[in-house]
Amino acid sequence: MGKLDLPAFEGTEEPRHIMVHDDPVLETRDLDIYYGSTRAIHSISITVPRKRITALIGPSGSGKSTVLRAFNRMNDVIPIAWCKGAVLFNGEDIYAPEVDAVEVRRRIGMVFQKPNPFPKSNFDNVAFGLRVNRYAGDIAERVEEALRRAALWDEIKDRLKDSALGLSGGQQQRLCIARALAVEPDVILMDEPASALDPIATGRIEELMQELKENYTIVIVTHNMQQAARVADFTAFMNLGQLIEYGETQKIFTGPDDQRTEAYITGRFG
Amino acid sequence: MMATREAVAGVVFDVQPERRRLKGQIFLWACFAATCVAVVLLAVLLVDILRQGATRLSVDFLNSYPSRFPERAGIKSALFGTMWTVAFTGLISFPLGVGAAIYLEEYAPRNWLTRVLETNIANLAGVPSIVYGVLGLAVFVRAMSLGRSVLAGAATLALLILPIVIISSQEAIRAVPPSIREAGYGVGATKWQTLQHLVLPIAFPGVLTGMILALSRAIGETAPLIMIGALTFIAFTPNTPLDEFTVLPIQIFNWTARPQAGFHELAAAGIIVLLVALLSMNALAIILRNRLRKEI
Repeated sequence: MGKLDLPAFEGTEEPRHIMVHDDPVLETRDLDIYYGSTRAIHSISITVPRKRITALIGPSGSGKSTVLRAFNRMNDVIPIAWCKGAVLFNGEDIYAPEVDAVEVRRRIGMVFQKPNPFPKSNFDNVAFGLRVNRYAGDIAERVEEALRRAALWDEIKDRLKDSALGLSGGQQQRLCIARALAVEPDVILMDEPASALDPIATGRIEELMQELKENYTIVIVTHNMQQAARVADFTAFMNLGQLIEYGETQKIFTGPDDQRTEAYITGRFG
Repeated sequence: MMATREAVAGVVFDVQPERRRLKGQIFLWACFAATCVAVVLLAVLLVDILRQGATRLSVDFLNSYPSRFPERAGIKSALFGTMWTVAFTGLISFPLGVGAAIYLEEYAPRNWLTRVLETNIANLAGVPSIVYGVLGLAVFVRAMSLGRSVLAGAATLALLILPIVIISSQEAIRAVPPSIREAGYGVGATKWQTLQHLVLPIAFPGVLTGMILALSRAIGETAPLIMIGALTFIAFTPNTPLDEFTVLPIQIFNWTARPQAGFHELAAAGIIVLLVALLSMNALAIILRNRLRKEI
């Protein structure tokens, strides 16, 4: 763990307790995000370590999802959203003018809060990303592999041609994970992936995340602090668009440095 | 008088349940009567037309050209003219309308210019159809030298229904949940791929329904076609889009304007044909929408 070469924070901000990783997959530097003229994210600098699970926690409106969506330029879809500062993916600024957001999103996949399968067959859902990215190999083989990695193959291998809308919520979400895995991303961003699921389906998603971390970097936004404590290696606490504290999950949950973090994890606000 | 007042003063609530219930009943019946006026008038109209026209309805009627003898006259040229016109109206307005809707909904920047455009499209839907007739006469018939052809008529009607097609297509596209788009972008699809493979297929049933309903409006239009000169005695069916033509409402208008009772019966029969065409198009829209929705 080294030190980022960052200019000192201006103003009278108290010192922050923010961990810095060497060779991060993703890194933001002084990232500000605006919706129109409203500043939603205030100068966030954070590093995301490779092949680990990093959780973003914080109360509603703290900007967790906004930061997550900045990692694969999903905020570009919102016309009034814009940002300042840098987001580095393997050291390259993904907001640089020559960078194509479409390519960024293939390398950095996303799983959303509500399962959002396409109104197509199970097979076509997973194959979609392969087709639009003109995958040259055997599509059926890749689909099977992605479904196996998402722990869904055994459940749906006999109904690949059925509509994905016929699956249960938990299965739909794992299908969405398989869809993200199929295009072989480096990072998977998960925006409250289990908040619409029952506890059993949630458990399966969490198990799956542990398996996936062997090969992928995962960033998860969650409202559920127990979930962050269970699955994440590192946890960042955000409040009012600011990164308050970032460190190893155990440290954040057992001995946070910042009193706001402590107040939040002990349930005194948020 | 005095006694009543004292009696009323003696109780805290003058409940009058009967009277209050009666007021509700009166309101209910007033609304029901209002509905009945519309339905009864429509029914009377239909019965009258059916009684007048039914005797004239036959295969011969559908298969004969107009004639100055009512017993020999038929609606073939008008029926074919209508089918030709509607087909070309659809061919012209579909790409223009859906294209404009996709642009406005997906690509146009959200600024004042777009808002002005959208407001004006909505206003265009309210422009009297005769104005489109004048435009069609000037642009298609004269400037583009299409003459009094099917194509000129179809182009005029296409302009007329374009606002409806654009607005209904926009609504269909807007109804596609944003989560579907995000999922598409999330696996590295481009904007066009997301539109082509995800958004448009989901929006298609809605677009199609709007299109058919717009065409069923075009089928009943008379004024703009009279304006561009379709009001002629036509004793043939069009063979090319550049042939002259007439349509059902114009033929009906033509027959109604004659003094002989025989022609009035023909007009009634023509109205039945037109109504059947209209209702089957609306039914088709509903069937297609339901079927396509189910497939998704």
